[in-house]
Amino acid sequence: MSENGKPKFAMYWAASCGGCEIAVLNIHEKILDFDANFEVAFWPVAMDAKYKDVEALEDGEILLTLFNGGIRNDENEHIAKLLRQKSQIMVAFGSCANEGCIPGLANLSPIESLFETVYNTVSTENEEGIRPQSSYEMPEGTIHIPEMYPVLRTLDQVIDVDYYMPGCPPESHQVAAVVDLVISVVKGEAVLPPKGTVIGAGNSTVCDECERTRNVKKIKKFVRIQDIERFDPEICLLEQGLICNGPATLSGCMAKCPTSGAPCVGCYGPGPRVLDYGARMVAALASVIDSRDPVEIEAILDGIVDPAGTFYKFNLAHSLLKTGKASWNGN
Amino acid sequence: MNKKRIGVYVCHCGTNIAGVVDVENVAKWALEELGEEGVVVSKDNKFMCSSVGQELIQTDIEEQGLNRVVVAACSPHLHEKTFRTASERAGLNPYLCEMASIREQVSWVHTDKAIATQKAKAMVAGAVRRVAQHEPLEPIHVPINEATLVVGGGIAGIQAALEIANAGHPVYLVEREPSIGGHMAQFDKTFPTLDCAACILTPRMSEVGMHPKIDLMTWSEVENVDGYVGNFNVRIRKKSRFINLADCNGCGICEQKCPVKIVDKNFEAGIGYRKAIYRPFDQAIPNYPVLDQPNCTYFIKGTCKACEKFCPTGAINFEKEDELVNVEVGNIILATGYDLYDTKKIPQYGFGRLPNVFSSLEFERMCNAAGPTSGEIVLRDGVTKPKSVGIVHCAGSRDLNHNNYCSSICCMQSLKFAHLVHERTGATIYNFYIDMRTPGKDYDEFYQRVLEEKTFFIRGKVSEISDAARNEEEEGKLVVQVEDTLLGEQRRIPLDMVILSAALVPKADSGDVAKQFGISCSSNGWFSEKHPKLDPISTMTEGIFIAGCATGPKDIPASVSQGSAAAARVISYIETGVLALEPIRATVSEENCSGCRICNDLCPYNAIVFHDETMVSEINHALCQGCGTCVAACPAGAISGTGFSNEQILAQVKGLLMLDFAEPELEKVP
Repeated sequence: MSENGKPKFAMYWAASCGGCEIAVLNIHEKILDFDANFEVAFWPVAMDAKYKDVEALEDGEILLTLFNGGIRNDENEHIAKLLRQKSQIMVAFGSCANEGCIPGLANLSPIESLFETVYNTVSTENEEGIRPQSSYEMPEGTIHIPEMYPVLRTLDQVIDVDYYMPGCPPESHQVAAVVDLVISVVKGEAVLPPKGTVIGAGNSTVCDECERTRNVKKIKKFVRIQDIERFDPEICLLEQGLICNGPATLSGCMAKCPTSGAPCVGCYGPGPRVLDYGARMVAALASVIDSRDPVEIEAILDGIVDPAGTFYKFNLAHSLLKTGKASWNGN
Repeated sequence: MNKKRIGVYVCHCGTNIAGVVDVENVAKWALEELGEEGVVVSKDNKFMCSSVGQELIQTDIEEQGLNRVVVAACSPHLHEKTFRTASERAGLNPYLCEMASIREQVSWVHTDKAIATQKAKAMVAGAVRRVAQHEPLEPIHVPINEATLVVGGGIAGIQAALEIANAGHPVYLVEREPSIGGHMAQFDKTFPTLDCAACILTPRMSEVGMHPKIDLMTWSEVENVDGYVGNFNVRIRKKSRFINLADCNGCGICEQKCPVKIVDKNFEAGIGYRKAIYRPFDQAIPNYPVLDQPNCTYFIKGTCKACEKFCPTGAINFEKEDELVNVEVGNIILATGYDLYDTKKIPQYGFGRLPNVFSSLEFERMCNAAGPTSGEIVLRDGVTKPKSVGIVHCAGSRDLNHNNYCSSICCMQSLKFAHLVHERTGATIYNFYIDMRTPGKDYDEFYQRVLEEKTFFIRGKVSEISDAARNEEEEGKLVVQVEDTLLGEQRRIPLDMVILSAALVPKADSGDVAKQFGISCSSNGWFSEKHPKLDPISTMTEGIFIAGCATGPKDIPASVSQGSAAAARVISYIETGVLALEPIRATVSEENCSGCRICNDLCPYNAIVFHDETMVSEINHALCQGCGTCVAACPAGAISGTGFSNEQILAQVKGLLMLDFAEPELEKVP
């Protein structure tokens, strides 16, 4: 509790793009309610703060921390552990913290190959072949940058997490609802859900919120959205051969993408009973391929470009697979 | 649930398991390492399936208060029922007993004892962790439909149909050819007694044709099979005969008047003729003819209709279409028979190139008094009697280039041929054999008889049959080149006629039929039995039975026995009336189903219905067989399978991977 009597709040940005931070600000005037009820203890993207300020706090002094981003280097891990120690409620906020998200797809490649891609492309001027190093001797002394880990881990693979709030980023109406809930809890008007609950999401999959007409599925050909001139505005996208991940994806986004004609990419992560998201989608799609001829089946499957990037785009780091073998061996 | 108290029982299976796996070590390890997981008793026993072994489990359940049992022994296919029943006798729900297959999956497939023992421990760990997650289940009871479908009207199918019908239960007998009778109807004599095949077969055929309990559907094929044991739905296509059956009296005038004469490649094996409207043979059951549409002049040119003009009852109907019939049956017997190996595939034997090389089926038709030569044994010219005849055993059998198995009947068939040639022509006869196999009742006596008839037996595999003469003696003859392994020399034997005893092979479409009925085939294509010794007429699919040559080559007595055996099994099901099924069923969680409809078209038993109003799918438990197809396919994970929950499977996987155990120290066995 701060001097003004308001509970303390923290938000941190680890291995992620920053969209989650924008999503919080995107709750518009509700941010004023938030400000009225919370004291910001640590929120680097919004106001200046130093790690030593956090270190100086009592354990558990922060009431609520929204942690976005996965754990890719020792700095991410250090701050995650520090904030866990200082916070009463730790929320894995957004897809990266929950399931690794797109940074997690890098788990398919060892670090050397990632560096090779980033620092040695045709368009990169790097004649001396410079690579990042965690420490470097300067005339003024040794300087350090964070050490990159062989694989990205999700927040709950590193620290104990109280609640999970999915989405890439979480939808603003869901953020607003969670903010409202926490304020009511602070005021003593509501109680927190059980630890481990997924908050700010539905209890089914995206199809439940999608208004497209659905029929029995039979897929003769997979297409990408740029491959077709016109698709039916009323019918389920999957039935039209577009790979829509809606059937396996947790609901809560109000099916915005499929409703407006873009297939679901799965940013809300696995549905409530889905253990391995990619495996579920692969099994589901394989089941509805409309052919018994092995050659034709092979041709239909060739229509799935980049299966890992399609079915594990958001959750590779939290799937049963977790990483590619090469990066795991480096771990 | 109370605290888990798990008993582990490791079976030696004599030396079957104990010869490779250190079973005592596994039992000891389970008690030490799996104690925290609830294992309170762990024992090994010479034969867990013995009454002593079963009593061990019962006593421990009663005295030690076990509430879970793991038996590490053979495959659950063999003894799961034994151990579940034993558990049940001691008051434990049978589904709280789980097996770990350390024989089929460990001792029989490994030789390194240390590694095998380690794997057996992993299997036990998997089973212990799985059984801890088990819930008590109750079996599902389903009524058995009294009717039975028999597919295939050869002697095995006929026997099965008659047995069931005579017990008072309805039978649908489906045969794809125009008449029942199968291959046996083509033969002249049967070994070793030399009964006339027709004389013993046709009474059975007419009994089938007239039986009030048998609905005979010839010229018909099964199109689709749905459902499960006790309640199959079968769609049968009755191909059009272009005859109004109600009007046809089987007089045969249409057949006489039809101007088209076609080589009968089917019943007459290509050495006789039939008309474009025909019955395959005089005693055909049913007695109705079939109009052969592709060869009928009316269908080709639009004129003729001779059959229609002469038919005294006006039964010919050129407009008649195929008819689809749906029947509901409780059990199905597949007696779909065999094909003969095409001896043209053995080019060095010259069949199809050298006129006087005959296939065994051609020879059977030639011997048959009702056949194309009225029983005269003659050369391909139709008149010349052979003075010397060779009979080649194993034509396409026991040969890696063709079929690696023994066709079982060819030795006896070849001996029968030798006898018939001797009896009817007095010709000199040579039998070329690899090994003589006459194991049946009175079979070897028949061999002695043929030996006494002065038939020459040459032990050796024929390498070539040619018409290229090397000397005057061979001029105009077929020359059989063979290594006589008893004399130890190559011989060339000039002959007038050679008969090839062709191998028996699975029906060309046996794979498709197996798939249609949900059963499996061996690598050679024969239908697979549930157990090759103890259950040769059942399949892995409940309610589907197999009989006769469809399961592998066999002679007539064996086919008849299997037909009877399959029928006995079916009758026992029918008499029971109700069948207890495994309660393994899939269930949709309505709350989690988003109605994506991925599962809707997948169920092989059509058990899934979609509710438009609530937009959720539901599974009908009466139809569901627990196959798990929908469970795997549901993208939302909203469908779960009883006994195969994520928790149960993952617990087992974690055990199998030996997660959370110390690294194994493998002792190297020299």
